[in-house]
Amino acid sequence: MNTIAQPNMALREPIHPNTLHDPVWVKGSLIAIAIGFILLFLCLPLGLVLFQAFSKGLTAYWTALTQADTVSAIQLTLITALVTVPLNTVFGVAAAWAITRFEFLGKSVLTTLIDLPFSVSPIISGLVFVLLFGAQGWFGEWLSDQGVKIIFAIPGIMLATLFVTFPFVARQLIPLMQEMGSEEEEAALSLGASGWKTFWLVTLPNIKWGLLYGVLLCNARAMGEFGAVSVVSGHIRGLTNTLPLHVEVSYNDYDVVGAFAGASILAGLAIVTLVLKTALEWKQHRT
Amino acid sequence: MSISLSNISKKFGQFSALEHINLDIPEGELVALLGPSGCGKTTLLRIIAGLEKADAGRISLSGEDKTEQHVSHRGIGFVFQHYALFRHMTVFENVAFGLRVKNHKTRPSEAIIRQKVHALLELVQLDWLHDRFPDQLSGGQRQRIALARALAVEPSVLLLDEPFGALDASVRKDLRQWLRNLHHNLNVTSIFVTHDQEEAMEVASQVVVLNHGRIEQQGAPSDIYDHPANAFVSNFIGQTNIFDLDGEGNAWLQTAGLSMAQVQGKIAHVRPHDIVIEKTKVDSDTWVTLKDWQHLGALIRVELVNNGTTGQSAPVYAEMSNDQFRRLQLHKGDKVNLRIRHAHWFH
Repeated sequence: MNTIAQPNMALREPIHPNTLHDPVWVKGSLIAIAIGFILLFLCLPLGLVLFQAFSKGLTAYWTALTQADTVSAIQLTLITALVTVPLNTVFGVAAAWAITRFEFLGKSVLTTLIDLPFSVSPIISGLVFVLLFGAQGWFGEWLSDQGVKIIFAIPGIMLATLFVTFPFVARQLIPLMQEMGSEEEEAALSLGASGWKTFWLVTLPNIKWGLLYGVLLCNARAMGEFGAVSVVSGHIRGLTNTLPLHVEVSYNDYDVVGAFAGASILAGLAIVTLVLKTALEWKQHRT
Repeated sequence: MSISLSNISKKFGQFSALEHINLDIPEGELVALLGPSGCGKTTLLRIIAGLEKADAGRISLSGEDKTEQHVSHRGIGFVFQHYALFRHMTVFENVAFGLRVKNHKTRPSEAIIRQKVHALLELVQLDWLHDRFPDQLSGGQRQRIALARALAVEPSVLLLDEPFGALDASVRKDLRQWLRNLHHNLNVTSIFVTHDQEEAMEVASQVVVLNHGRIEQQGAPSDIYDHPANAFVSNFIGQTNIFDLDGEGNAWLQTAGLSMAQVQGKIAHVRPHDIVIEKTKVDSDTWVTLKDWQHLGALIRVELVNNGTTGQSAPVYAEMSNDQFRRLQLHKGDKVNLRIRHAHWFH
């Protein structure tokens, strides 16, 4: 269809099968190992989740899902995602813009720091906020004087999630915007468009699929995050339990159906994410 | 609109891209900024557009100081080297962009936008492509759409960055002529950047030669070719033979019969067509050897080596018409005499 996309297409073609002359048994066992691994470590657990969730029948599953604590956990998870994902979308776009469009001191440090939440253990991410805002933390006394509660409350969960999911959008956009260059934006400016119009009419349409991809991954993590949230949450049932925390608490209470019913929702979310991710990847390569 | 630059300087880190550039371009000219890569020509163009900020100096258009004005308010049309067409918009929307982003007070009605865009597409002879996307166009077509898009906002100045750089040789030749005609019809002050001296000579009414961030010479193409201001310009514009009197050039000049009284500097630059060749008379002792020759179409280029020197020096080139070459009945290895008709002297 177009001349520019063709080299990329060629690159994505698989290695020509004729160039590989491995014996049949090598080929066969490699494929068997790959499939066996996926079955054992991905499909079997997923199947078990569903099996356990429905082990006491559909009614028990439904009861587990509709009990007050579960509903509240689902609500909290949704609210957390609803707050953190848009914020990180804005932060991510701003950071990607700053890094790809401006030259400034400390740019490489910033680029590295964006990845920090990926490289640091989630427990540490949570602890940082406890050390800052907890009762014994730097701002703890002042905050309690003001009557503001962050740790063991919803704001702490939001902050921890925000921190953990920060890199997704920026990481997705930086290489994309670097590759794209700023010529189209400069052209828009030279044609009299304001910076704002240039962003909406030129930049955003060019990065939209990459941006959606980043938002999707960000959302999946925001809803699924366990470690960091676990540290700051305090596990107060019906108040500060997100869905992953609810699953753990239920499991520890020997409520197998309740735990796996919650897990089935998270598993469903993962599958939806996977399908959308594949669709977005396909879309991104096409444009 | 006339363009006036005074004392423009620009540094990138330690590298000095432009040093004290002073340039006046009268209204309606088609100017080529010509120079080798890295000479600062694109930087200068971007500074005029407002895409880059000069460290020092002033820019004025029609006597009005525009130094601090943002690119979106300068009223310039900029055509990018790689066209920078909006890839997610059709050709029509690309050209309409500049009209659509005007604020609602100055924005023309949809009917007028439609009419204007189609008129521009007719001007660049590509109206039939109006619903295509940029990646469905050839390089030459993209170039013309980029030009139509820049013209849509009726710019007072048109700036083109290496407008033919990314095109095939044959397309380039056509587009050069086309751009010249277009400029003749629109008469908007235009500046284009190029590293191709032939292109500059062919298209521009004024040529500005840049090197290492400085202007070496400014003038009409014929001026620059016939009266190069210095050795760089002489060497960069057109073919030239260089004779360094401190080196082996001396022997050549003696062979060519140039007496010391005619010497006006340290280095002589001689155009290939200013070297006249004659078949050697039997008793002559100042001959050179015709090593090889090439057919350049209308001209024949002759490669000469001087047997008086070690024979390892660079050859000297002379050019003559096909007719003349035939009349001389020259063959490889012939001994010939040469005469220098005209030389430019530099110190």
